[in-house]
Amino acid sequence: MSYGPARVLPGEGIKITTNPDTEPFWGAARERRLTACQCGDCGHFRMPPSPFCPKCQSTRKVWPDLPGTGTIFSFAICSKNPRTGEDYVYVPVVVSLDGTDDARLVSNLGGINAEDVRIGQKVEVDWNPIDDGWVLPVFKPVEAL
Amino acid sequence: MTWVNQDKCAIVGIGATDYYVRGKSWPRTINDMAGEAILKACEDAGISVNQIDGIAYYSTAGAGYLDKFDTASLMETLGIPYVGFSATLTSGGGGCPGAIGLATAGLMNQDCTYTVTLMALQQLPQHRLGVVFGSSAPNPENSFLQPSGLVGPGHLMSVLARRHMHLYGTQPEAFKEIVQATRENALDRPKAVRRKPLSDEEYWTSPMLADPLRRLDFCLETDGAVAVITTTMDRARDCRHKPAVVHGVAHGGTREWGRAFAWMGMPDPDFASSGHKFVADRIWNQTGLTAKDMDVALIYDHFSSMVLMQLEDYGFCEKGEGSDYVLSGKIRYDKATRGGVNGGVPVNTHGGNLNEAYIIGMTHIVEGVEQVRGTTVNQVEDCEFALVTGGPASLPVSGLVLRRA
Ligand SMILES: [Zn+2]
Repeated sequence: MSYGPARVLPGEGIKITTNPDTEPFWGAARERRLTACQCGDCGHFRMPPSPFCPKCQSTRKVWPDLPGTGTIFSFAICSKNPRTGEDYVYVPVVVSLDGTDDARLVSNLGGINAEDVRIGQKVEVDWNPIDDGWVLPVFKPVEAL
Repeated sequence: MTWVNQDKCAIVGIGATDYYVRGKSWPRTINDMAGEAILKACEDAGISVNQIDGIAYYSTAGAGYLDKFDTASLMETLGIPYVGFSATLTSGGGGCPGAIGLATAGLMNQDCTYTVTLMALQQLPQHRLGVVFGSSAPNPENSFLQPSGLVGPGHLMSVLARRHMHLYGTQPEAFKEIVQATRENALDRPKAVRRKPLSDEEYWTSPMLADPLRRLDFCLETDGAVAVITTTMDRARDCRHKPAVVHGVAHGGTREWGRAFAWMGMPDPDFASSGHKFVADRIWNQTGLTAKDMDVALIYDHFSSMVLMQLEDYGFCEKGEGSDYVLSGKIRYDKATRGGVNGGVPVNTHGGNLNEAYIIGMTHIVEGVEQVRGTTVNQVEDCEFALVTGGPASLPVSGLVLRRA
């Protein structure tokens, strides 16, 4: 199939909510820093962030700055804007985050033709402003830099 | 170890409304359809609705995830005098066969005598299952998923299918074969929504909704209701039809699957799976049987790729070999011999969620019952054991082995 350029979904209309467990992730994203929830005791990463570490049940969390790169674990190719229904090629992508023990982020990939996306490809974070002043981490191929 | 409640309960009544294309059931109401299914199941069992004293739901009693079943309301509507058991399995459609296990638990605990399990759904334009995830209000957890534009269950499953293709070389032709093979079984099903043969061209030109999955890899959007009645074996023998004996049933799963595709954190090889391995192993331990002992398999098919992964998780073939297994014709039902093809076990002889109707797993239970009764349209010759599965979804998923009485 030939799809052409993959575009991240327009930030306008994308809403998120936070709670005390997840807010530090989004606070960092607003400052264009990619982080993930790491256990303050055993070092295990978990995403989405949650109150307890599933490995050791600790409630201590740290939020290290990650390299901002990762590897495509899997993806889909969609061709309709879910909000408007109009033709719009985008690639939902599951990214294994570098600097973690395989914590994953589900996001969009841009800067590439959709048909060229591959599992195992290296990607780098980019930033997509969304509603209410929040910023969404999205990704682009490392090669595009 | 043999299950302590093996062969002690049976499904004795099945009832269903017509199956409607999404939204076409209006001006019927969802409670009207649920009631019709229950009354028909009672009639099929040869009992009065007044004898129902237990209700075992799944999907957290969510009628199509959109409304909620309410036991008191059903009792009032149908005139059920009392209940001694009212319980629901958590999570989604993965709990459907498990709800029969829940009914069995109530019956074996002597809380009830005739237990109904039901699902009804009606997808009016504002209430479509296909977009229910995407249109739900953002919460702190789904804020890590929704913005990606993975808005429906099929979008989520496509990501799993992609990983399976990557790891094992699974071919898109295998997805086509699953849709076509089960479509063949729907052709002479009077109530089936899709009853025309499916050509290769029609499949390949079906729109890619979430590459690698096409519209025809997605289940139907259906309105309708199905109910079944479970009771103890001593009572079952007095019912109208031959009992479909509950030989093994289990629900559950492991944390590696856990929140599943609402999370995407599953490690390999669980990511490219149906999350059914734990339940499958339990069922085979309970019964001492294996996949190869099944005469028919009614496998939850909300998306074609998930049939393939369940075939692996239940051991119809090895992990990673689902594509070859399917492509060798082994899920086909052969009308001439009334049996499997090439040593396989016929899958979804009723057409499944992909072709007959999508009542969130209940049609698979009905077909399992009819197969071991010996009364279904695509009857497997001498059918002794039927496997019924529910899910994949977030846990629990579930499975059931019905045995001919
Ligand atoms: Zn820890």
